[in-house]
Amino acid sequence: MTGGLWLERVSKTFHPGTSNARRALKDVTLSIAPGEFVILIGSNGAGKSTLMNAIAGRIPVDRGRIVLDGVDITRWPEHRRAALIGRVFQDPMMGTAPSLSIAENMALAYRRGRRRVLRSFIGAKERALYREALATLELGLEARLETKVGTLSGGERQALSLLMATFVEPKLLLLDEHTAALDPKRAELVLRLTEKIVREKRLTTLMITHNMAHALRMGDRLLMMHAGEIVLDLSAEEKAQMEIDDLLRAFERVRGETFVDDRLVFSQLEGKDHAP
Amino acid sequence: MALWIGSLEQGLLFGIMAIGVYLTFRVLSFPDLTVDGSFALGGAVAASLVVAGVSGWAAAAVAALAGAGAGLITGLLHTKGKINGLLSGILTMIALYSVNLRVMGRANVSLLNEKTIKTELEAWAQAAGVDRHVVFGVMFFLLLFAVKLAVDWFLRTDLGTAVRATGDNPAMIRSFGVDTDGTILLGLILSNALVGLSGGLIAQYQGYADVQMGIGMIIVGLASVIIGEVLIGAQTIFRATLAAAAGAVAYRFVIAAALRLNVDPNDLKLLTALIVVVALVVPPILEKRRLQRRLDAEDADAVFGDDRRQAAADRAGAGAGPKAEGRVRPAEKGGEGG
Repeated sequence: MTGGLWLERVSKTFHPGTSNARRALKDVTLSIAPGEFVILIGSNGAGKSTLMNAIAGRIPVDRGRIVLDGVDITRWPEHRRAALIGRVFQDPMMGTAPSLSIAENMALAYRRGRRRVLRSFIGAKERALYREALATLELGLEARLETKVGTLSGGERQALSLLMATFVEPKLLLLDEHTAALDPKRAELVLRLTEKIVREKRLTTLMITHNMAHALRMGDRLLMMHAGEIVLDLSAEEKAQMEIDDLLRAFERVRGETFVDDRLVFSQLEGKDHAP
Repeated sequence: MALWIGSLEQGLLFGIMAIGVYLTFRVLSFPDLTVDGSFALGGAVAASLVVAGVSGWAAAAVAALAGAGAGLITGLLHTKGKINGLLSGILTMIALYSVNLRVMGRANVSLLNEKTIKTELEAWAQAAGVDRHVVFGVMFFLLLFAVKLAVDWFLRTDLGTAVRATGDNPAMIRSFGVDTDGTILLGLILSNALVGLSGGLIAQYQGYADVQMGIGMIIVGLASVIIGEVLIGAQTIFRATLAAAAGAVAYRFVIAAALRLNVDPNDLKLLTALIVVVALVVPPILEKRRLQRRLDAEDADAVFGDDRRQAAADRAGAGAGPKAEGRVRPAEKGGEGG
């Protein structure tokens, strides 16, 4: 197995051994090919963000293996994985440092995964590089290198976050509902930039969204999670056949099944309680 | 006059400590209470070394190293021990009280008749035939300015920018491959090194080290940083460190003025705390007022045209609390319905 992302029976339980124990990931096995653009959907609490955090190393997994670009990163700390993984968060405030300038933020991104040394910062050549990259956003940020990022709008900050996350090409790009906090117009802009950057750089990408239209329109593959498992895996061709209604029906069907499951569990529990 | 000159000289030496506090409090957003302990540690170490015959400058350098060690301990407690930042600092500070007594062997070490930086500079002045206060002033200023420029330089390097980003948005800088434990440790080490250096210099300047000399130092540092920000601003790194340094001098002048006005010296710590409270509470309120007035003016502009001034004044008078809004909204809705 070379390149891409490979998850093998990854499990995670929150608050194990307590009455609040919750199995957030149940033996998730998943393979994403290099350059594949995968969309991940699922209701709240389905385990989407947990999966992403497990891949990024924000939370340790209980069992299983995570292999990225042929390297087993299961035991790597978050900051070490960051050398390989680019991330854009839901909150536009999360992806940039507000009291630093646009140039300084770009410089931080440019040094992704490299040792930070006592070298003075940002020469003219680097500046030119940043201006060129910022120009691709078509937001005029290239003329505002010294502006503090905290003064930018949410849409501008999120576009900048996306650019920073992909500036040094990551082996994997994780997008965690990165347009959910934006108004529709800005969301559309950031999605267009996402499509452009991911395609141009052929980035292996995993994107969470709650928007069914986006889920059908974008990406090469669609995954649906429910209760810590991947319950639906559609190829680009299968996806093309589907309408939003079909997707919603699939959602309801999944929920219905677990509802039955829950009832079964409850009746078993009751049976046990009454047994002695 | 002697009071003001003494205040200036002390202020310049305390400025080094204030830049240290700026590093933790503003750059790392880490309220580090180690300062009370590491300042006295610097004083204790420098005084003991001077008494043992070490040169004043070397003693000050070792004081800086000792301070760095104190910062390292607080940093390890916080990052590796997962102890709350505030508590980590308090623990180190309390522990250092005992350590400082051990270092000095008693509660107070006098440097009378010892060869210190101060006596060295005095000898210089005498040889050159200049007033000793001129030499003190120039030397302390140059020292403080050198520290300021060094810190400025550091904060602009790759590593320094990573430290700044850690205080600004740790999740973000981790996602770009920086180990924030490391940057927090580094920030605490540098900060407390400066605090220890300042303590070592102050002990030599005042002619003694005392186990109590660090008490309330963190508040003095905060007061310096905040007063400086009000006076000079903190828009750039250059200004922010200059502000901390100048704030330390200004703070000394405030204290001198208070003494001049016959404020009981026992009340000085109370006064310092009040200054910090006022400096922390008032600027945000003023800023909010200014913003509200501007918004009101814009609103009034859009809605009421010529009556805008009256309207803005009315709203400002009503107070912009949530209660006031609650009262207004339903009435507006009712009006639309009718």
